[in-house]
Amino acid sequence: MTLKSIAATAALAAASFGALFEPSLAQAQAKEQFFPLLVYRTGPYAPNGTPWANGKQDYIKYINATGGINGVKIAFEECETGYATDKGVECYERLKGKGATLIDPQATGITFALTDKAPADKIPLITLGYGLSASQDGNVFKWNFPLMGSYWTAADILIQHIAKKEGGADKLKGKKIALVYHDSPFGKEPIPLLQERAKMNGFELSLIPVAAPGIEQKSAWLQVRQSRPDYVLLWGWGVMNSTALKEAVATGYPREKMYGVWWAGAEPDVKDVGANAKGYNALALNGAGTQPKVMQEIIKNVHDKGQGTGPKDEIGSVLYTRGVIIQMLGIEAVKRAQERFGKGKVMTGEQVRWGLENLALDQKKLDALGFTGVMRPISTSCQDHMGSTWARIETWDGAKWNIAPDWYEADEQIIKPMVKVAGEKYAAEKKLNRRDAADCSS
Amino acid sequence: MFYRENGQFKSSYRADQQIFPILQDRVLMLALLVFAFAVVPLTAPEYWFRAILIPFLILSLAALGLNILVGYCGQISLGTGAFMAVGAYAAYNFHVRIDGMPLLLSLLLGGLCSTAVGVLFGIPSLRIKGLYLAVATLAAQFFVDWAFLRINWFTNNSSSGSVSVSSLSLFGLPIETAVQKYLLCLSLLVVFALMAKNLVRSSIGREWMAMRDMDVAAAVIGIRPVYAKLTAFAVSSFIVGVAGALWGFVHLGTWEPAAFNIDRSFQLLFMVIIGGLGSIMGSFFGAAFIVLLPILLNQLPGWFGITISTALASHLEFMIFGALIVFFLIVEPHGLARLWSTAKEKLRLWPFPH
Amino acid sequence: MGFFLETLFGGLMVGMLYSLIAIGFVLIYKASGVFNFAQGAMVLFAALAMARFAEWLPRWLGFESLVLANLLAFVAAMAVMIAVAWLIERLVLSKLVNQEGITLLMATLGIAYFLDGLGQTLFGNDIYKIDVGMPKEPMMVLESVFEGGLLLSREDLIAALVAAALVVVLALFFQKTSTGRALRAVADDHQAAQSIGIPLNRIWVIVWSVAGFAALVAGIIWGSKLGVQFSLSLVALKALPVVILGGLTSIPGAIIGGLLIGVGEKLSEIYLGPMLGGGIEIWFAYVLALVFLLVRPQGLFGEKIIDRV
Repeated sequence: MTLKSIAATAALAAASFGALFEPSLAQAQAKEQFFPLLVYRTGPYAPNGTPWANGKQDYIKYINATGGINGVKIAFEECETGYATDKGVECYERLKGKGATLIDPQATGITFALTDKAPADKIPLITLGYGLSASQDGNVFKWNFPLMGSYWTAADILIQHIAKKEGGADKLKGKKIALVYHDSPFGKEPIPLLQERAKMNGFELSLIPVAAPGIEQKSAWLQVRQSRPDYVLLWGWGVMNSTALKEAVATGYPREKMYGVWWAGAEPDVKDVGANAKGYNALALNGAGTQPKVMQEIIKNVHDKGQGTGPKDEIGSVLYTRGVIIQMLGIEAVKRAQERFGKGKVMTGEQVRWGLENLALDQKKLDALGFTGVMRPISTSCQDHMGSTWARIETWDGAKWNIAPDWYEADEQIIKPMVKVAGEKYAAEKKLNRRDAADCSS
Repeated sequence: MFYRENGQFKSSYRADQQIFPILQDRVLMLALLVFAFAVVPLTAPEYWFRAILIPFLILSLAALGLNILVGYCGQISLGTGAFMAVGAYAAYNFHVRIDGMPLLLSLLLGGLCSTAVGVLFGIPSLRIKGLYLAVATLAAQFFVDWAFLRINWFTNNSSSGSVSVSSLSLFGLPIETAVQKYLLCLSLLVVFALMAKNLVRSSIGREWMAMRDMDVAAAVIGIRPVYAKLTAFAVSSFIVGVAGALWGFVHLGTWEPAAFNIDRSFQLLFMVIIGGLGSIMGSFFGAAFIVLLPILLNQLPGWFGITISTALASHLEFMIFGALIVFFLIVEPHGLARLWSTAKEKLRLWPFPH
Repeated sequence: MGFFLETLFGGLMVGMLYSLIAIGFVLIYKASGVFNFAQGAMVLFAALAMARFAEWLPRWLGFESLVLANLLAFVAAMAVMIAVAWLIERLVLSKLVNQEGITLLMATLGIAYFLDGLGQTLFGNDIYKIDVGMPKEPMMVLESVFEGGLLLSREDLIAALVAAALVVVLALFFQKTSTGRALRAVADDHQAAQSIGIPLNRIWVIVWSVAGFAALVAGIIWGSKLGVQFSLSLVALKALPVVILGGLTSIPGAIIGGLLIGVGEKLSEIYLGPMLGGGIEIWFAYVLALVFLLVRPQGLFGEKIIDRV
């Protein structure tokens, strides 16, 4: 067995060396815009990550099927990260060599790691509704784009809604609000803002961490039962959300008093619990459903032609729609960049970054793209990499999500100073300078 | 024919006790070092450095440390990820809180902190053995995981719990590009490997191996179990701590406690077992196997022109990984290092049958 | 006081759930000396099989009844687990006879990875539902003694009863049936058992099948509670302190250990946790087990480790 096994091992070793030439020889197709898609279709967060990834891919296929970005087709390649930072970094390193011009890391942990590398590699990061809350300030974070919201805006909107429900911000005094959060950078992000608002409005904030991935929550909910808060904010992802709801049922906490962040308000989180989750509320960052024109177009141009990435009944679900929005914003950024740097040409990472910084999608443009009722107009600038800080509240009725009509906007009075302080701390740590006006208009 | 020691006579004990007594071995080692230090930095593409070589070097350092504990001293430890985390966070704190702290010093101090923690969690090994110890070391793993998430002081009061380092420099030379990072890791690895090899050949190494084989008999002939076991934990944790600091500083740049979780511990244990317990060379083989395999499995479908979904690719990776581990354990339970030494034995006779 | 009792009950019941998984570990260790790190993967695999068959069988065979679907799915999942046990014995265990413990441990880790990947390839990686009619709403007891009553989760209570029933069944199996006796003989001394004609290969298949059965029951209970998804295999990590606390070779030890760990975890999290910032239950169970081991290195009910020189 020994000589044979030695020979086999040697062959395997040789083959593996051969394999490693593969990524370095692969050239980016010069005529195509390349987007690497960092996804996770396995692991504890797969139920939520999969529709997101499918939405992104379907929208790219739709654009390709309808002429590309002014004729430029989009090339894409998926890479499985499993929500792990080191795998995300490996995917990034492997795919950036193919000419990556835009990345959505799909995970806050990976975002932190890539925020350091992206400026050197000149690849912009879209972190729609997640990532570093401080990256709203484009003057410090040139390459991060937390479009449409961050965890601070999310927490702020939730407190605003609760205040409205109570009958005014002054009625919050003396109330108890518990934050059940995923014990990771993602879950810990909103804490500074909630503590700030607790000071401002006089409510009592209790923090209840849940160890990742969040399947063991009995103690957390026993603690909730012990302290009997007036409201529970759920900051979870993946299986943690459905487990939280199940434990809430098991300990008898009324679901009507639970408010989830926009990452804890999708179908995979509640359909398992079904009618028992009735009354559970969450932030609705985007609309959903198959009525919007863009969904119809995707069905027509992608799924009806057998090119759909996921199952057809997934179209229009909350996370699928969010994936579509993310990719649409990226593609619109490329289109905007093309307006300045050359229509019909492939854009570089730097040019796409400029496009992301100069997005101006008003209601007319959104209607033309088919996103009526899905999102509000968004326009970014050098200082503001977020573009829009609006969201609504949705409630699960046992079978589907119902979005309440009121729009809330995050309170910049509270958030702006916090963003500034955090940005300055980051800049000091990394020895960066704030961008000046000249740099902003480049 | 080529690997014979004919004509190589040793005339001093010192020469006889060299690490590589055979001339061909020395030549090969020298060639390998020259290749690693001089040829690779000039020729390899950047992707190789960032995704393959640097993780390989750092993980083989960690596997080296673990091999000393598990392979030479026989104490099964599933808490290696925790010791890496201690090394990384300690080095981070030294680096960030003390202005002008040299990089090398913070790495080594990180290792020392890891030593302290390692010795602390090694104390149960004086009473608990075998599988019970393995599961008890998981206490270290989970406790350290929790500590770095909860105790804000360790993460310099970062609100998100994520820490990062930047603009590293060693003796005035910047450590920014992939090649510089590679050379830093390689130098540290060579130094530590030499140190480890000499340690295991010395009396302390023999004490470790005696504890591994028959700890009661070892105690009978006068080897102090406390000293042997705790020094094994200490040396192992030191090396693992430095590796952890390198992993955070050089490879990741920004990290959170999840980077050193239980999957990392299992990964290192796999490396050590597949590579070969009780063998310095085995740590390198094991690390290469574990680092290269997922990448190879990722590229394989592309070679055959088959496109499969990333989810399926990921599941297949798991399956093939598990199957290969079982395969290697069946074929050569003593690991790749044993395969290597068997090959060398055969080479000494070649082309003769015996 | 009332809340303390609630936490206590909750802890006891969670402990029973942990022992459901721990029993699988102990079974295999008792009979073959292998520490089966793949138990968590087996729980996941069994639960996935059950959940998916319960979904597919009505579609394939065209009937509606949930009870029938669950019954058939149980049978199908059991058949799958027996097949898995047989394959593991043929392909892995019989080739690794007489190897050191750590080699076998690593082999089971390899099996764990393989089963994880295979299960998700065959059955998918979304969250799947197991609906065996477990009541989800809690009930309030002792309303006369405590104001508002004490919260007791009915689902957990039923799960605890199932675990107790499983232990009784297994104890009877080991004590009263001839196969059980053969298993105990093999656990005692392989060579002696072989010399009196006990077929080792078949015994190991039986042991792994019984462990597979325990995994299936555990998978159904946990899957019904949490939903069946990849993270279910991580629950096994919680069962490890139970196993070592109770002793690797004792089934009653698994139960007692489970109860101790469950209660310890919950009480520590509620009363100690807030002082330390919360989230301590992840390591408390292990530290608790560690402390016990320092006093009794072989676990509470485990066999004393005798070293012969």
